[in-house]
Amino acid sequence: MDQFTINLLFVGASFALYIGIAIWARAGSTSEFYAAGRGVHPVTNGMATAADWMSAASFISMAGLIAFTGYDNSTFLMGWTGGYVLLALLLAPYLRKFGKYTVSEFIGDRFYSPTARIVAVICLIVASTTYVIGQMTGVGVAFGRFLEVSNTTGLLIGACVVFAYAVFGGMKGVTYTQVAQYVVLIMAYTIPAIFISLQLTGNPIPALGLFGDHAASGEPLLAKLDAIVRELGFAEYTAHHADTFNMVLFTLSLMIGTAGLPHVIMRFFTVPKVSDARWSAGWALVFIALLYLTAPAVGAMARLNISEMMWPNGGIEGGAVTVEQIENDERYDWMATWQKTGLLGWEDKNGDGAIQYYNDKNEDLQAIAAEKGWTGNELTNFNRDILVLANPEIANLPGWVIGLVAAGGLAAALSTAAGLLLAISSAVSHDLIKGSFNPGISEKGELLSARIAMAVAIVVATYLGLNPPGFAAQTVALAFGLAAASIFPALMMGIFSTKINNTGAVAGMLAGLIVTLVYIFLHKGWFFIPDTNSFTDANPLLGTVKSTSFGAIGAAINFAVAYVVSGMTKPTPEHIRELVESVRVPRGAGAAQNK
Amino acid sequence: MADNSSKSAYWSANVRIILISLVIWAIVSFGFGILLRPMLSGIAVGGSDLGFWFAQQGSIIVFLALIFNYAWRMNKLDREHGVDEE
Repeated sequence: MDQFTINLLFVGASFALYIGIAIWARAGSTSEFYAAGRGVHPVTNGMATAADWMSAASFISMAGLIAFTGYDNSTFLMGWTGGYVLLALLLAPYLRKFGKYTVSEFIGDRFYSPTARIVAVICLIVASTTYVIGQMTGVGVAFGRFLEVSNTTGLLIGACVVFAYAVFGGMKGVTYTQVAQYVVLIMAYTIPAIFISLQLTGNPIPALGLFGDHAASGEPLLAKLDAIVRELGFAEYTAHHADTFNMVLFTLSLMIGTAGLPHVIMRFFTVPKVSDARWSAGWALVFIALLYLTAPAVGAMARLNISEMMWPNGGIEGGAVTVEQIENDERYDWMATWQKTGLLGWEDKNGDGAIQYYNDKNEDLQAIAAEKGWTGNELTNFNRDILVLANPEIANLPGWVIGLVAAGGLAAALSTAAGLLLAISSAVSHDLIKGSFNPGISEKGELLSARIAMAVAIVVATYLGLNPPGFAAQTVALAFGLAAASIFPALMMGIFSTKINNTGAVAGMLAGLIVTLVYIFLHKGWFFIPDTNSFTDANPLLGTVKSTSFGAIGAAINFAVAYVVSGMTKPTPEHIRELVESVRVPRGAGAAQNK
Repeated sequence: MADNSSKSAYWSANVRIILISLVIWAIVSFGFGILLRPMLSGIAVGGSDLGFWFAQQGSIIVFLALIFNYAWRMNKLDREHGVDEE
């Protein structure tokens, strides 16, 4: 059986499973549609949250970013997990006690202001939509590669699948579908990593293999990797090169953004009790950590494998891989496969029949190159995003592992897209239509409008996925910055302070949102239109603060403005202080409906 | 329903646990993982140093411990102050 058939089989079987679960769990009442009847077990909910959270960025992109940068990109690992501590301690139990369906409903009630609710809905829709565009782009690329169709066709197939189970299944379909997706994606991520760790270190646990010894040389794996990349003129893998202040700020922005993303917060409304919400955040991080502890090992081991493949005879002295080897040796077949996607490229610039991979910007290597007659790095293109998908092929693993990774990458992208779409649809139907424009809408009408909102959101996201406003990383950075600067501070102040009033909250959210948006647009172009930017991330407006790191500053502005404005305006009324007091204690939490 | 003094004692106990947890949260990630890494460079861990381990794996493990510790302590505190769910 050829690889295409195997991929089709794995992807097809996993889809049949997701759709089957969605049909089985079809939602009835609105309460079930939004919050899965409030009856999801904390472990189940944790698993679904993990699938919801880990998107194409975590599965496809992150290990590649770590592989080619090393220590400096540990910020992703710490940032995307540390947010769960904030969620579990500062938000999840209280929002579950509050017992409503959506994040904006809490903001509207706590700040006794329909304006606050609408501002929150706007923040939520902007953050979620930008995030979902990145997912749809990822869906397109993954489908395109594995089903050997064009990016556009891949995206359209993906949109139909997301539509089917998100619209017809609602949250319950999504919850149990996401449990299935978690299982698929974690197997797809860890199985190749286990194989590779065994090959390189003899240790079946990749997270331990990373700090173990390299079997072939007997040296520690990381020391071996440092030596190889140093020999090729690249920055040492384990050393710290990036600007420290920006690293701290970026990590903090990712953490706060994680805790402010509405589709993740919503998941904690689905557990039966307040105490379960606390446990559930922990379980979510357990399931996320399985991937996040493996990712740095995947990155380091792939970097070692690639370096050794390009210099197969023991470093520079042994000579580079030859063009003839790449074309005929089946261990190098992956290079030809990925070259077709345009994401990998090489060129024998000096015509010596070999491909020299080195850092041609490094002076020591330039001296060696001059001596040996090299005329620049000949591995001309290695897109970071192909690393995880190509990894099993690079390590020469069996075809079924490659098929599994295809299914896993799609599971990661689709599950997050579905969760985001649900957050958008409930914001529109529940907060905007029922909460503001038409409070008398019937339950049936509300459910219908939720489904229409979701369908519209899918169409918009698909269109923007086909014509993305920028690279996925740019749109994802905007989503995190916005969530960090707008939603998280409002929620936290709503719970931990009785003093913040309606005017303060609205002013804080708007200030955080607008300042962050402007800072990003100044660096990435207004509405992401190229060449409309005044600054670049290499040379930012404020010191070393890149636009991706600004979310934490936006959050600080939100807090400060809210405090100052609240101090100058009318104090919060008595019934709101009582509401805050009641949110702080678990007793009296609403029971799970339709368990 | 618990009386008001018990409720405020419950809340300040909760805030205290949160503050301690967040101090540890910041020390392992921003501290050991980034800012204090040079101070830990003498402690070797499998081909690199302790700071590298905290940045890539250690902080995640501590985050997990913090969340489960918080859930366990709070669920106990709920019962002690009579504010748990029946």
